[in-house]
Amino acid sequence: MTLKTEEVMVNIGPQHPSTHGVFRMRVTFDGEVVTDLEPVFGYLHRGTEKLAEERTYTQIITLTDRLDYLASMSNNLAYVLAAEKLAGIEPPERAMYIRVIMAELMRIASHCMALGFFINDLGALATPLMYMFREREKILDLFEMVCGARITYSYMRIGGVSGDLPPEFTPALTKFINEMPGYIDEYEALLRENEIIISRTKDMAILPAETAINASVSGPMLRASGVNWDLRKADPYEVYDRFEFDVPVGPTGDTYDRFLVRLEEMRESVRIVKQAMEQIPEGPFRAKAPALIRPPRGEAYAHVEAPKGELGFYLVSDGAISPYRCKIRAPSFINLTVLRELSIGWKLADLIVILGSVDINMGEVDR
Amino acid sequence: MTTQLNVKDLGRQIRERFPDAVVDDDGEALVVMADSLAEVARHCFETPELAFDFLVGVTGVDYIDHFELVYHLVSIKHNHSVVLKANTYSREAPSVPSVTGIWEGAVLQEREVYDLMGIAFEGHPDLKRILLWEGFPGHPHRKDFTTA
Repeated sequence: MTLKTEEVMVNIGPQHPSTHGVFRMRVTFDGEVVTDLEPVFGYLHRGTEKLAEERTYTQIITLTDRLDYLASMSNNLAYVLAAEKLAGIEPPERAMYIRVIMAELMRIASHCMALGFFINDLGALATPLMYMFREREKILDLFEMVCGARITYSYMRIGGVSGDLPPEFTPALTKFINEMPGYIDEYEALLRENEIIISRTKDMAILPAETAINASVSGPMLRASGVNWDLRKADPYEVYDRFEFDVPVGPTGDTYDRFLVRLEEMRESVRIVKQAMEQIPEGPFRAKAPALIRPPRGEAYAHVEAPKGELGFYLVSDGAISPYRCKIRAPSFINLTVLRELSIGWKLADLIVILGSVDINMGEVDR
Repeated sequence: MTTQLNVKDLGRQIRERFPDAVVDDDGEALVVMADSLAEVARHCFETPELAFDFLVGVTGVDYIDHFELVYHLVSIKHNHSVVLKANTYSREAPSVPSVTGIWEGAVLQEREVYDLMGIAFEGHPDLKRILLWEGFPGHPHRKDFTTA
């Protein structure tokens, strides 16, 4: 008697907790092993770029909050930088420092979620995630002080920020910055040498540096593959050239490195916030800009190193109060290019971990 | 700091190799003929002193009488950048060569432009809609698409 096997196609998602949102993977399995994969998305598509064409430059800030909703401050920043470049508005120095502090706090919060859910995907259900939520909560409290919102901040404005730091902010931030390295040590003690994490992630789904670059992969994923490319260093915006910090890179580009790079980046962010607090000057927090901005004809592209990679806005102006075209370069959308290559040959349980290590956010993928 | 490559110099270099390819090198971006887009892109990718190894973004802009394709290129090796553009004039069946053979990073991005702007990419391995579903009427990023 001969045994016959057959490949089977399985839909994972779009309604599945491990896909980090409404994301679907059409996976072909040979037994338990992935032989083919196609990412399917668009379920959260709201037409942000089209909506932007019918809004004024200031109104668009609220749309950017809803892209990567775990890193809204970074989205605000990328957009206002592009709009400022287009309109030729220079923000005051204090505003640039405030924005850097917010962007780095946002990175810590976003990486907390990336790591927490990653551990969740590994099967350590909920407990480690709650530790990460604890720290993120403190960051959200800080954001609430400055702008009143906890998720959709819309704190940044073209030419600065919506309001100055309140008096209670600095002591709270100092307290957080002093505590955070201890928490990161705690994560490391729990996770770095954890045997289950190592055996489930080490040498798994290796992304070679050439493939990563060729597939336009950016952010921690690219750096985990050993490419030293961080826009804060490579093309400094705001005041990043005044801070001392390192860019963590991974030796091999496996899932474990993608996890470690994010952990290390949190430490570097703490360092940056500390220096920014020491250097921040007094002064206005917002430049004088007209309420209704009409940039001259032309185009501008501005990018930031968002927690998930290079987030860029390409704005085209025809001289009107709304952009003629607003294109968003969403890092986690483009990082999905390599998901198929990473997953083939690995088992179903690994696939979930690999997707977790890509760290996608559907608000940003679908826009 | 990422340096922006001088468009005039690059235009001269491209002209030497592809005499009819360059349309405009006076602005901030190098505009090339749509037909020679893939060749010029390959030249930018392969020439060691250019080494544009990272395709930051692909997008389209609808100027009613033509579509403009915009490619933001960066060289991680040399830390310099350039914007490459190509125009296509058909409204019924606009089409440009795909650059997926050069940069894998174009695969999802070209599908997005195809989906939302309705521009076909010749040579794309799997050109189909990506954010909207098959059968969706029209292409939302075109200026004649009404949202109301």
